[in-house]
Amino acid sequence: MDFLQPTSWAEALEMKAADPEAIPIAGGTDVMVEINFDHRRPRSLMDLTRIEEVRGWEREGSRIVIGSGLTYRRVIDEIAGTLPALVMASRTVGSPQIRNRGTIGGNLGAASPAGDTHPALLAGDAVVEIESVRGLRQVGIDDFYLGVKRNCLAPDELIRSIVLDSDAGPAYFAKVGTRNAMVIAVCSFSLGLHPRTGRVRTGIGSAAPTPRRAHAAEEFLFEELTDLWHSRADLDRSLVQEFGRLAAAGASPIDDVRGTAGYRTHSLAVLARRTLGWAWADYQRGANSDRAEDVN
Amino acid sequence: MRVSCRVNGEPVEVDDVWEGESLLYVLRERMGLPGSKNACEQGECGSCAVYLDNEVVCSCLVAAGQAIGREVRTVEGLAEGEQLHPVQQAFLDAGAVQCGFCTPGLLVTTHDLLERDPAPSDLQIREALAGNLCRCTGYEKIMDAVHLVIEQKAGATDA
Ligand SMILES: Cc1cc2nc3c(=O)[nH]c(=O)nc-3n(C[C@H](O)[C@H](O)[C@H](O)COP(=O)(O)OP(=O)(O)OC[C@H]3O[C@@H](n4cnc5c(N)ncnc54)[C@H](O)[C@@H]3O)c2cc1C
Ligand code: FES
Ligand code: FES
Repeated sequence: MDFLQPTSWAEALEMKAADPEAIPIAGGTDVMVEINFDHRRPRSLMDLTRIEEVRGWEREGSRIVIGSGLTYRRVIDEIAGTLPALVMASRTVGSPQIRNRGTIGGNLGAASPAGDTHPALLAGDAVVEIESVRGLRQVGIDDFYLGVKRNCLAPDELIRSIVLDSDAGPAYFAKVGTRNAMVIAVCSFSLGLHPRTGRVRTGIGSAAPTPRRAHAAEEFLFEELTDLWHSRADLDRSLVQEFGRLAAAGASPIDDVRGTAGYRTHSLAVLARRTLGWAWADYQRGANSDRAEDVN
Repeated sequence: MRVSCRVNGEPVEVDDVWEGESLLYVLRERMGLPGSKNACEQGECGSCAVYLDNEVVCSCLVAAGQAIGREVRTVEGLAEGEQLHPVQQAFLDAGAVQCGFCTPGLLVTTHDLLERDPAPSDLQIREALAGNLCRCTGYEKIMDAVHLVIEQKAGATDA
């Protein structure tokens, strides 16, 4: 086995182009499990932890650019308050030891339907910056996931960063599991209000072959909220109920060891109702939304 | 592959490391440091927890090569010679050690918690130790041990 140790992003792209089969390793919290259990014997491993350029994050106006190698630990410590749903999702990952090491880029690389950042990235309308020696491309999160543990990366490409808008609006993430730590989601749901466009975006986790949005539920709210963005009136119970029903209908869950399809459908409706209620209450108070001032 | 790093303050170098080996394996089998335990090799139990450049990680999930040039601190590096670290002493005094398999990881993780926050709440303690499994104690004695360290530290600064 080769162990590649690029120390700059440019060098990493060169190495990946020369050896497209090289498996990137960041926090190793997915890759090393596979190697320890002999589920994977890569010909070469490419360590990304020495590339400072992608280990941090920066703010460019209202854009937050998150390096693929940013750990959950740093997301929680440094971005709290700015990207609420992503931070909530990060807090639920594994244990402190896993969060000290695991990265957002690794979650996207693994592209597990149960990965916790995916619903938050979907609800936040994230853009993934993917790069190779051939150039940089920006892929909307809607086009990133292709199948079970499959994403849209070409063999010579690496995930450079993830871009989110910090001015969007209130956003939440909620996850169902058997305990508070170290739990792979039975199902999860994220919701983001985007008052500027009058849109609500959603993300469903662990209840379909890929993370996905609940499109019908989003369209329903787009119609129903038209006047409410301005009045900020309370949401009717029936509206919230219907949103929950449509959100759950957007999933295509299976029975597995973590839960039945029926349980997932039921709990998704609950999570959808709750996250909508929390986010709308924040919006009514004008919390975490620059749009609050604009609309008034 | 050659792996050289600092372990418990000393430079260490080992050769012929297979690139897919974990830091845990290298520590235990090549560096003669069997304190960190191997119980699951999948990040679930925390018994292999070590400091890697000041952050507590599961050493079973660190590829050996990722530790090159880094600073590693294991449970063997907590005591000062024969003098146990107060966290170690408190685990003994509180009866928080039964079979002892989880203990090294819990010691390192507790050490880290109290370095960052000398007076954590019960909820914060449970959260910080959530990645360390113990099959024997039922955790209450472990909570007692952490409280004991906190009280001793508070007593020491009051005095
Ligand atoms: C005990 C335990 C608990 C866990 N709990 C959770 C949980 O609660 N929620 C959750 O979502 N996940 C969980 N995970 C899974 C894992 O921690 C996450 O998926 C994490 O985000 C992976 O990040 P990493 O940096 O460790 O990835 P790595 O293991 O280093 O890499 C993961 C994959 O991404 C690829 N990759 C990494 N970086 C890049 C890049 N820049 N460009 C292209 N490809 C890249 C790798 O080649 C690999 O295929 C858990 C894992 C363990 C061991
Ligand atoms: S052996 Fe590393 S976490 Fe269990
Ligand atoms: S003392 Fe036996 S596992 Fe904790």
